[in-house]
Amino acid sequence: MSSDETTKTETTVETAPSASPKRHRPVLVQMETPNLVPERDLGKMPVLQAEHLGIDFGGLTAVDDFNIAMGRTEISGLIGPNGAGKTTIFNLLTNVYKPTRGTILLDGYDTAGKSVVEVNKMGIARTFQNIRLFNKMTVEENVLVGFGNSMSTHLLTDVFRLPKHWKQEAEFHDKAMDLLGIFNMQGLAQERAGNLPYGAQRRLEILRALATNPKVLLLDEPAAGMNPAETEELMENIEKIRDDFQIAILLIEHDMNFVMGICEVIGVLDYGRIIAKGTPEEIQNDPKVIEAYLGKQGVK
Amino acid sequence: MTASKATTAQAGTPAASGYRSLSMPMRYLINAILVVVFLVVGELMIDGGVVSRYQTGVIEQIGIYIILAVSLNIATGYLGQLPLGHAGFMSVGGYSCAIFIMRMMDVVGVTARDFVTGSPAAVGLFVIGIIFGGVCAAICGLIIGVPALRLKGDYLAIITLGFAEIIRVVMQNIDGVLGFTLTGGAKGLTGIPSYTNFLNTFIVVAISLFLIHTMMKSRHGRAILSIRDNEIAAESCGVNTTYYKTLAFVASAFFAGVAGGLYAGCIGVMAPAKFGFMKSIEILVMVVLGGMGSMLGSVISATVLTILPEALRAVSDYRMVVYAVVLILVMIFRPEGLLGDYDFSMSRVIERIMNHGKRPEDFAPATTPAVEAVATAVASGAPSATTEKDTGKEASTHE
Amino acid sequence: MRTQPPALPRFYWTCVRERKCCAVTILTQVLNGLQLGSIYALVALGYTMVYGIILLLNFAHGDIIMVGAYISWIVMSQLGLNPVLAIVLSIVGCAGLGVLIDKVAYQPLREAPRMSLLITAIGVSYFLENGAQLVFGADAKVVPEYFDLPSMSVGGVSLSANAIITIVVTAISTIVLTILVQKTKLGKAMRAVSEDMGAARLMGINVNNTISFTFAVGSVLAGIGAVLYSMAYSQATPTMGIMLGTKAFVAAVLGGIGSIPGAVIGGLLVGFAEVFVSAIGLSVWQDAVVFLLLIIVLVVRPTGILGRPMTEKV
Repeated sequence: MSSDETTKTETTVETAPSASPKRHRPVLVQMETPNLVPERDLGKMPVLQAEHLGIDFGGLTAVDDFNIAMGRTEISGLIGPNGAGKTTIFNLLTNVYKPTRGTILLDGYDTAGKSVVEVNKMGIARTFQNIRLFNKMTVEENVLVGFGNSMSTHLLTDVFRLPKHWKQEAEFHDKAMDLLGIFNMQGLAQERAGNLPYGAQRRLEILRALATNPKVLLLDEPAAGMNPAETEELMENIEKIRDDFQIAILLIEHDMNFVMGICEVIGVLDYGRIIAKGTPEEIQNDPKVIEAYLGKQGVK
Repeated sequence: MTASKATTAQAGTPAASGYRSLSMPMRYLINAILVVVFLVVGELMIDGGVVSRYQTGVIEQIGIYIILAVSLNIATGYLGQLPLGHAGFMSVGGYSCAIFIMRMMDVVGVTARDFVTGSPAAVGLFVIGIIFGGVCAAICGLIIGVPALRLKGDYLAIITLGFAEIIRVVMQNIDGVLGFTLTGGAKGLTGIPSYTNFLNTFIVVAISLFLIHTMMKSRHGRAILSIRDNEIAAESCGVNTTYYKTLAFVASAFFAGVAGGLYAGCIGVMAPAKFGFMKSIEILVMVVLGGMGSMLGSVISATVLTILPEALRAVSDYRMVVYAVVLILVMIFRPEGLLGDYDFSMSRVIERIMNHGKRPEDFAPATTPAVEAVATAVASGAPSATTEKDTGKEASTHE
Repeated sequence: MRTQPPALPRFYWTCVRERKCCAVTILTQVLNGLQLGSIYALVALGYTMVYGIILLLNFAHGDIIMVGAYISWIVMSQLGLNPVLAIVLSIVGCAGLGVLIDKVAYQPLREAPRMSLLITAIGVSYFLENGAQLVFGADAKVVPEYFDLPSMSVGGVSLSANAIITIVVTAISTIVLTILVQKTKLGKAMRAVSEDMGAARLMGINVNNTISFTFAVGSVLAGIGAVLYSMAYSQATPTMGIMLGTKAFVAAVLGGIGSIPGAVIGGLLVGFAEVFVSAIGLSVWQDAVVFLLLIIVLVVRPTGILGRPMTEKV
C-alpha cells in the first residue's frame, strides 16, 4: 500500500516481477491518465491504472489505447455496442490475455508477466459474461474456493484432521455464511450451484469473487437476464458491497438504467477505443456516443 | 467392507432448524466402530475357516482394486482428467515395495514366516515397504505430472499412456543396463514373500480411503474439484491450478503405488506384462462404471468387477468383451456412471432415522425465516458439526 | 543380455571394427525406416482425419487395422480366394467397420462431453481386441503373401518390392487425401464441420453424413495400412492393433494432430526413430524411445510440430 503522499499522477511501479508485492522496490513513474476519480478518492493513489493498453489478434486490433484510472471506492462502467472489446478489456486487466501494448498498475504494482492467479492474489477479482460457476459444487463450496488463499492449513493438517483444520473450517464457514447473507442466500448454501436459478447464479459469482478479497471487482454484465425488480435490488447491493468492502468496481452492462443509475464514471467503447468518458450526464448527451449506438442518422 | 469407509461424515445442512444432526466426533466414532466390526468379523470368519484360503485371496484383491479405483478417481472423477497409465504407477509401487522388502529382510533379520505370524519387525517392514512403494510411485507421478499436466484432455491421456509403456519397458530391461538382477526382466520378479493378508489389506484400504476422503473434503480438495468444474473460473479465483493438478496427480499415483505394494505381496510374482495398457483400462472401467467422483461407486464396482470374473470362471473368456460392451453402453446411456457423483454417508442415514425419515430440506424452505435461523445459528457460534459439507447432495439421486 | 556386449559397443563393433557399416547398410536402414514410417503415416492420417472433424482420438483405429488383416487372412488362407479380392475386401471391410462404429458408438454422443466420447472409443477398441481374441484365438495367424514379388538389387542395396510399394502407395494416398480435403465439395463440408458443427448444420450440410464419410475415408486408409502391414509382417494377432495404433497415434500427435502433412512427418519420424534404435542394437527399448520422443515434443511444443495452437474463449 502506498501512502497518501503520492499524488494522483505519480505512482509506484515495481521493477522485477516477483510473487510477493511486498518485496518490490517501487519506482516512481509519471502516469499521463487524466483522472476522473470521484472526489472522495482524490488525493489517494488510484487503485487500478491502465496506460495505452492494447491488444492485437493477428492483424486485428481488438483494443487500442485504453486508459483508465480508478479511485479506491469508485464504481465505474464500461459500455459500448456488442463486439466493441469490453470483455477483452476485462481479459487484459486480469492477464487472461497478454497485452500487446501498455501498462497495468494495480495499487501501484505492475501486473506485467503475472499469471491469472497472481493477478487475483494482487487484488483483481472478476465475474464472467457467460456464468462460470463450479456447477457440481455447493453454493457454500463455491464461496469457499474463493476463500482458498485466505486459508492457511497445510495439506497434512487437513488430511489428518488436526484441530487447526476444524477451527479453520468453522471460521470460514461463518465467513461464507456472512458473505451469502449479502444476497440472502444462506438458505441455498447446500444447494448445487448448477441447480440455482439464473439470477442467483450471477449473484453467487459476485460473492465468489468477493471472497478472494479483491481491491478491484470486475463485473461482466451482472444484471443480464434479471428482471427489473432484481436489477433494482442488485444496484442497491452493489453499492452496499462497495461501501462495506471499500473496493472499486468496474462493470460492463447493457442495461442503461443500471449503468446510469449506479456508475460515477462511464467509459464508452467502440471498435476497441474509448470514444467518450465522463459522468452519466455527460455520456448521455455526447453526440459521439449516440452515433456509436444509433448510427449517423441518430444524430440530428 | 464397502459401507465402512465411504461413509466418513457428511453433515446435515446447517439451514435446517429443528433438524437433529450428529456431532463430528460422533460421526467419526460411528465409522470407526463400523470399520472395527467389519475387521473383527472378517478375521473371525477367516480364522474359523468359514472363508477359504482362496476366498481370502479374492477378498485381498478386492481391497487392492478398491484402492486402485478410488485413487484413479482422484485424477479422473475429482480432477476431471483422463490418465491412462494407472497400471504404470501400480507396477512402480509393486516392484519398489517388493524389492525393498526382499532386500531388507536379510538386513533386519525377518523371514518369510514372520510375515505370517506377524512379528513386530515384519509389521514394521511391511509398513515401511508399503509407504516406500507409494512414495516411489508418487515420485513417478510427479515426473510424469509436470509435463503431462501442461496438456489437456486427449494429450494428457496419450502422454500418460506413453509413460506407463516406458515404465513397462524399463522394468523389463533395466537389469541389462544395471548388470545385476533387480526386477527380474521379462520373466518377472519371483519369490516375493506373502506379506499381504486380510488384516493388513483391510487396514491399508481403510486408511487410504480415509485419507483420500479427508483430502477431498478440505480446501485442497475443493480446489481440485473447482478445476474440474471450471478451470478458467478456478484460476480467476486464485486457485493455483498447476499446483493442485499436480497434487491430485501425485496423490493418485501414491495410492496406486500403495495398492501395487499390496498386490505384489498378494500375488507373489511381479511381471511387467501384467501392467500394460489393459490393466489401466480395467481400473478405468471400474471408476467409470461406479461413477466418476463417487467413492462409493468406485468401491462397489471394484468389488463387483473383481468377484464377477472369479464367480463366472466358466465364461471368463467373455469377460473382457462384456466389459467393453458395458463401458460403451454406460457412456451412451448413463455417462455419469451408475452412481454419478453421489456419495453414501452412514451418518446421514442415521440422522434420517433420528429425524423420522425427514430430510434436512424438509426443515428448511428457502425463505426468509430459514435465513434468519441461519443467521442466529451462525451468530451463536456454529458447532463443528456444520463444518463439513455434503457435496453429494441428495438432489443428485433424484435427477 | 549379459553374454552379449552392451548395445552401443556392439554397434561400434559391427560398424567400425568389422567394417560392415558402409553406405549399403545405411541405405538399407533408410529404406526400412521409410517403409515402416509410411505405414505409420498412413495410420496416423486416419487418426488425424477423425480428430480434425470431431476432436476425438479414435482409439479403435488401430483395431480396425487388425480387423483388416484378419479379413485378408480369411479370404486368402481360409477361403483360398484371389489376393486382389482380399485387398479389396480388407479395405471395404475396414471402411464399413469404421462407419458402423461411428453410427453405433459415437453418433449418440455428439453433444456429450469429450471425456465420454474418449472413454467410448477406448471401449470400442477394447471390444474389438477381445472380440477378435474370442473369435480367432490369441495366437498369430499367418497372412500369406499377396503377390510373389522379387526383390531387386541396385548397387548392392537390396530393394524389396514390398518396401517400394508401401512408400509409393502412401505417397499416392496422401496426395489423394489432400486433394479430397482441399478441392472437393465433400472436403469443403468436412472442413466446415470441423470448424463449427452447429454453423455447418445451419448452412445445410448433413453433419452426420459428413462425419460418417470422414470415418469411411480414415478407415479406408486403415484398410490400406492393414494390407501394407500384412505385406511387411505377414501375420495377424488380436493385439497387433494396440501397438501399431498407439504408435501411429503418437505419430499423429507428434506431427500435430489435425494436420495431413503433420501426420506424414510424424509417421516418418517414428518409423526412422524405431529403425535407428533397432539398428544400434537397442531394439528392446524402441517402444520406450518412441514414447520418450512424444513426451519431449509435447513438452517443447504442446500441439505437435505442425499443430495449430488451441485457445479457449473466455
